[in-house]
Amino acid sequence: MQPRGSGSSKLDATFAALADPTRRAILARLATGEATVTELAAPFAMSQPAISTHLKVLERAGLISRGRDAQRRPCKLVAKPLEAATDYLERYRELWEERFQRLDTVLEELKRRPR
Amino acid sequence: MSKLTITTPAPCEIHFHRVFDAPRQLVYEAMTTPALVRRWWGKRDTEMTVCEIDLRVGGKWRFGLRTPEGFEVVFHGEYVELSPPDRTVHTESFEPHPEVSTIVTTLTEHGGKTTMVAVATYPSQEVRDLVLGSGMESGAAESYDRMEELVRAT
Repeated sequence: MQPRGSGSSKLDATFAALADPTRRAILARLATGEATVTELAAPFAMSQPAISTHLKVLERAGLISRGRDAQRRPCKLVAKPLEAATDYLERYRELWEERFQRLDTVLEELKRRPR
Repeated sequence: MSKLTITTPAPCEIHFHRVFDAPRQLVYEAMTTPALVRRWWGKRDTEMTVCEIDLRVGGKWRFGLRTPEGFEVVFHGEYVELSPPDRTVHTESFEPHPEVSTIVTTLTEHGGKTTMVAVATYPSQEVRDLVLGSGMESGAAESYDRMEELVRAT
């Protein structure tokens, strides 16, 4: 099991990486298959160094991996942190569902209350 | 009874949808009366330390919890609109963060059941994600608790 702190700081990195629209667009492109920096830069009005900076953030967050081929270094989507981000939403839902189940109990009592 | 659905259709929003098996007058009462809120708003095994509701437009509300680790968690805000029993608008902040979110709650009733739709709007996606993260923290804490219970049971 992982200590709680390291798990959540990893998630912080995931969410920080996902907070930028360009980076989300890059991930959406990579969801269709691996691509080089040149290919990724093409649809954006951005220089390759600017795209490379975004790729570094995504790589640090563990959202993408880079190939070893020194010339091309193709980028690939890594699914695990994204799954953790989805898990985030499910945990939040569970927190509120637990609350609302307790509220259901309170409502049952209110319904039985003499008027 | 339909379970809660949560969606994030926009970067700064969280939408809640749930059906309660009770008339909306009772749902409204259970959501705005401190003695009743205390019974459901806390977390598993965590009592509310503060539950204050000044139920009028411009009135303040303040909910506090003490986490099992001993941290004090306080949410507070103000009532912007109160139209019992079908609609409320309130603001919410989470100490010590200054950001303010707005929550519009609508209750509609059909055949004695109440559908709640709540739309929470945050000042930025970063704040929205921070709020979503609060579920992860408590969810994780509760999972650890449950794991402990299982370990003790075996």
